[in-house]
Amino acid sequence: MEEKFAHPELRKPEHLVYKTTDLMVDCPLSYCPGCGHGVVHRMLMEVLEEKEIASKTIGVNPVGCSVLAYDFMNIDMLGAAHGRAPAVATAIKRLWPDHYVFTYQGDGDLAAIGTAETIHACNRGENFTIIFINNGIYGMTGGQMAPTTLPGMRTSTSPYGRDIEIMGHPLKITELIAQLPGTYYVTRQSVQTPSAVRKTKKALRKAFDLQDQKKGISFVEVVSNCNSGWKMTPVQSNIWMEENMFPVYPLGDIKVDGELVTRS
Amino acid sequence: MGELRLMKGNEAVAEAAIRAGCDGYFGYPITPQSEVMEYLMVERPYETSGMVVLQAESEVAAINMLYGGAGTGKMVMTSSSSPGVSLMQEGISYLAGAELPALIVNIVRGGPGLGTIQPSQADYFQAVKGGGHGDYHMIVYAPASVQEMADFVQIGFDVAFKYRTPVMILSDGAIGQMMEKVYLADPVARLTDEEVVARCPWASNGRPMSRGHNIITSLDLDPAGQERLNLVLQEKYREIEETEVRFEMIDCEDAEYIFVAFGLSARICQKAMQLARNKGIKVGLFRPITVFPFPKNEIRELGLKVKGMLVVEMNAGQMIEDVQLSVGCNIPIKHYGRFGGIIPTPDEVLKALEEKIIGG
Amino acid sequence: MAKIKGDIVVNIERCKGCEVCIAACPFTCIAMSEEVNSKGYHFAIKVNDECTGCSNCALVCPDGVITVYRAKVTAE
Repeated sequence: MEEKFAHPELRKPEHLVYKTTDLMVDCPLSYCPGCGHGVVHRMLMEVLEEKEIASKTIGVNPVGCSVLAYDFMNIDMLGAAHGRAPAVATAIKRLWPDHYVFTYQGDGDLAAIGTAETIHACNRGENFTIIFINNGIYGMTGGQMAPTTLPGMRTSTSPYGRDIEIMGHPLKITELIAQLPGTYYVTRQSVQTPSAVRKTKKALRKAFDLQDQKKGISFVEVVSNCNSGWKMTPVQSNIWMEENMFPVYPLGDIKVDGELVTRS
Repeated sequence: MGELRLMKGNEAVAEAAIRAGCDGYFGYPITPQSEVMEYLMVERPYETSGMVVLQAESEVAAINMLYGGAGTGKMVMTSSSSPGVSLMQEGISYLAGAELPALIVNIVRGGPGLGTIQPSQADYFQAVKGGGHGDYHMIVYAPASVQEMADFVQIGFDVAFKYRTPVMILSDGAIGQMMEKVYLADPVARLTDEEVVARCPWASNGRPMSRGHNIITSLDLDPAGQERLNLVLQEKYREIEETEVRFEMIDCEDAEYIFVAFGLSARICQKAMQLARNKGIKVGLFRPITVFPFPKNEIRELGLKVKGMLVVEMNAGQMIEDVQLSVGCNIPIKHYGRFGGIIPTPDEVLKALEEKIIGG
Repeated sequence: MAKIKGDIVVNIERCKGCEVCIAACPFTCIAMSEEVNSKGYHFAIKVNDECTGCSNCALVCPDGVITVYRAKVTAE
């Protein structure tokens, strides 16, 4: 197709300012249009590229929407059983202490079925990075209620809205693990705007830098959208996320250098 | 060279693991196998060989730690007892599906449920038939002595890596707790990271630019791909059945009757055999040492020469199914079992032979 | 006088038409095409000459389909 406003004279290597990193495998992502997973994947790979540690990094992906993340990240990876990524990563980091290790997990994986593995890996102060994608829903299985589903939020297993009396409260697991002495850096970010993406990348960079210091878990939560599960357009879902998710899951650092951040 | 020591079966497993160059032990306390991790924590191999020893938060976490370690090509193991091994079934299925080498020791206690802490052989089905989901097997060794507890650690690791499959040592609370003399081989050094990379080109331990990225998984959403994986596994199990069978035959040459028993039951049958021979009854013992692969050809041939077989197990009749499948229906094959932690006596085993087979 | 000029190249076949890039562009340079790609998605296209190559669209693109160029050019 003909591009009306194309500038072929600009499309030269010396003018290139942004392209997807080669650490992303050149294939279509399995995610829904507008899903934040792809951005987090790419920022993660950019951090590994900039730190030049791709060949010394081992990733562990979960069961959930990102079950195929190992197909998209051009590094050595293991697909863990549902919720068990922190246990898998614990052994890897202990056996390869000079390597960089991360888990990439969703809210159902990390905060429901894998709660014990998450809390104990954090409490032991394992020296790896946990990347936690929180979209308040089980995306892959078709939009069921997650531990982080908001009160009143409709999902396929809370079709009339999450009733706190019957279904319990949303679990703020990130605040929970920040209390543990084994966590060193805990932050909550998002990827719906350019500045948010830049902050998330900065947080991921810090998380991997901290693995060198061996001071414990670096934990990066990314509040993300699930437009399919939330039944909205991608742009609508990002607005809904800002208006509804962020008040319950406020963005920003929760623990830095092993100290809880006091919010004014 | 090596060294002779008096040890508990559980301790022998731990010591043999250190000497085999094991990279990591991940476990959770449960009676009657807690001495394995206790011994390792006292010995502190992490300060000498660099072997990692970690007490996990659960058996679920422990078996998934094995998955992580094995997926990077390291020699990893765990031990537990029946209720804990039930919790590990998910991880064992994933290990088999992802074709990862790992060693799992089950010091069996009576069940079902919380059962008892006394010895049992009631986890035979779970161990040899694939206790988790999907079509898979482990190679399963059934030691009958403290010596074999130690020996099967090195052997178990060797076959685990040869076939890229989880391997189980299926023992019981009595052999785990009993003390016997055991010959321990000289320690071998753990492999270096470079040696691990060379030994396991399939492992996910950091992608050098010279190869594509390695992925450890049991998932294939394409049915044709998943069927291919299953066919690869089945092919592997056939090869294991052809090459890894181990068994022991005692006094079978002139025998008219055969005790078939594994592990602790085989030791009891040996005494019962003496009692029988004192009475002029010609009895032999067939002891499967691997219960998967099951020595079906050998036991079938034996079945052609004898008048009957008594399968003695500390369960309600599990291995007897494999004996019957192997031998067929031409001779009487009966079961004698005790449960719940009761160990049968040689006298009652002999009586069962006389009543169920000779008089039956 | 020198001016910053930018251009984007969209991998049309990989674009899923989520429109997140449209919201991220400070100069409303991007819109969805009338046509669809082989998967049936409308895809991002550049609709004016205001692009400065700021990369915002590429940063928020979940599928990493946007490549960005920028250069100083002398204004006519």
